[in-house]
Amino acid sequence: MPNPLRSEADAFRLVWAVLLFCGLVAIGFWINRWLGLAVLVVLLVLAIYWVTSRGRQEPPVRQAPAPSPPDEHRILVVANETVGGPELLSEIRSRAGDRHAVVRVVSPALNSPLRTWTSDEDQARAAAQGRLDASVESLRAVGLDASGEIGDGDPVQAIEDALRTFQPDELIVSTHPVGRSKWLERGVVERARERFDLPLTHVVVDLDADRR
Amino acid sequence: MTAHAVEHEHPPPIHYSSRVSPAVLGMFLFIASEIMLFGSFFTVYFFDRVVNNGVNGQWPPPPFHRPVFVAGVNTLILLSSSATVHWATTSIKRGNRAGLQAGLLLTFLLGLTFLVTQIIEYHRIGFNTSDTSFAATFFGLTGLHGAHVFVGLTILLVMTIRAFRGHFTPEEHHGVEIGGIYWHFVDVMWIIVYVTVYLL
Repeated sequence: MPNPLRSEADAFRLVWAVLLFCGLVAIGFWINRWLGLAVLVVLLVLAIYWVTSRGRQEPPVRQAPAPSPPDEHRILVVANETVGGPELLSEIRSRAGDRHAVVRVVSPALNSPLRTWTSDEDQARAAAQGRLDASVESLRAVGLDASGEIGDGDPVQAIEDALRTFQPDELIVSTHPVGRSKWLERGVVERARERFDLPLTHVVVDLDADRR
Repeated sequence: MTAHAVEHEHPPPIHYSSRVSPAVLGMFLFIASEIMLFGSFFTVYFFDRVVNNGVNGQWPPPPFHRPVFVAGVNTLILLSSSATVHWATTSIKRGNRAGLQAGLLLTFLLGLTFLVTQIIEYHRIGFNTSDTSFAATFFGLTGLHGAHVFVGLTILLVMTIRAFRGHFTPEEHHGVEIGGIYWHFVDVMWIIVYVTVYLL
């Protein structure tokens, strides 16, 4: 949900919205008590719908052209525990081609909403750090120039945060297969495509099949 | 000093995402605390109204009368002050220092007018906090808002002095922005208080 008081201009608009809201409710009550109550309920529902639907819109984040040299290819990989899969490793290598591949792995610190809002993130960050270390190690083992960072619990937000310090040529989002992937249920790939002006590849990694 | 002690000399790095920045989270917590504070007063007011309204169906109970007209004029004054503080903020964003100074000064004067009018009205209203539960809740709600206006005026005074001393630029005007948000919040609460306590 967006903060209605993020700026003075937002707060000024809120003043007039509340004035209109209260004015309509008062007129309703003036005519008839039950009409006033009905106006209050309808306006409250409309206001809640407007605020929550506004929160779903995510403005696209424009990415400046990456200043990487011609012989270098920068890839931002967002994955939880699926970086080690052979599908992803082969995809990264094929993407890089003959160029020197610089890979930045973002491992989101997945957490429950309650723990996020109470800043109880230690366990989530520690778990993400463990996955990140393993991911970077597996990428380096196949000769890639890899580094990593822990990201926000929301993968799309984690990408946006990473773009502030790393300018990639493309994005790779690694998920579990359909049916097991919570990220796919939440439409992470679609949201990332809408939000970022970068080529995005979705790689499905089936770790269970790999283990078999 | 040992090497181990040196390692722990600095605090650990701060981890936070841009999803919930400290400023936004702080504003959310502030709004939540204010909603709870005003909400508790409104709860008492409505409880009193529901319990005591059944005697003869009249609200406020006789012989009390609410100064609806004066409070209405006060509402217009406060709404005007919202417009002037917005003018001040817009002015500094455009580099118009005179507009900033005039806007803040006008806002302060309008806010002061509101508060003085409310105090005068308290003296002339004809009842006191100890005269029935209606009087207590009336003074409680309007007084709570009046306290917020007083805090807002203090902030506005500091902002105005800083504006006249040459502070704030089109790039750096966080003090005006935050103070403006608070003042608009005070206005929003007054609209709700006025409609609830005076009109309904």
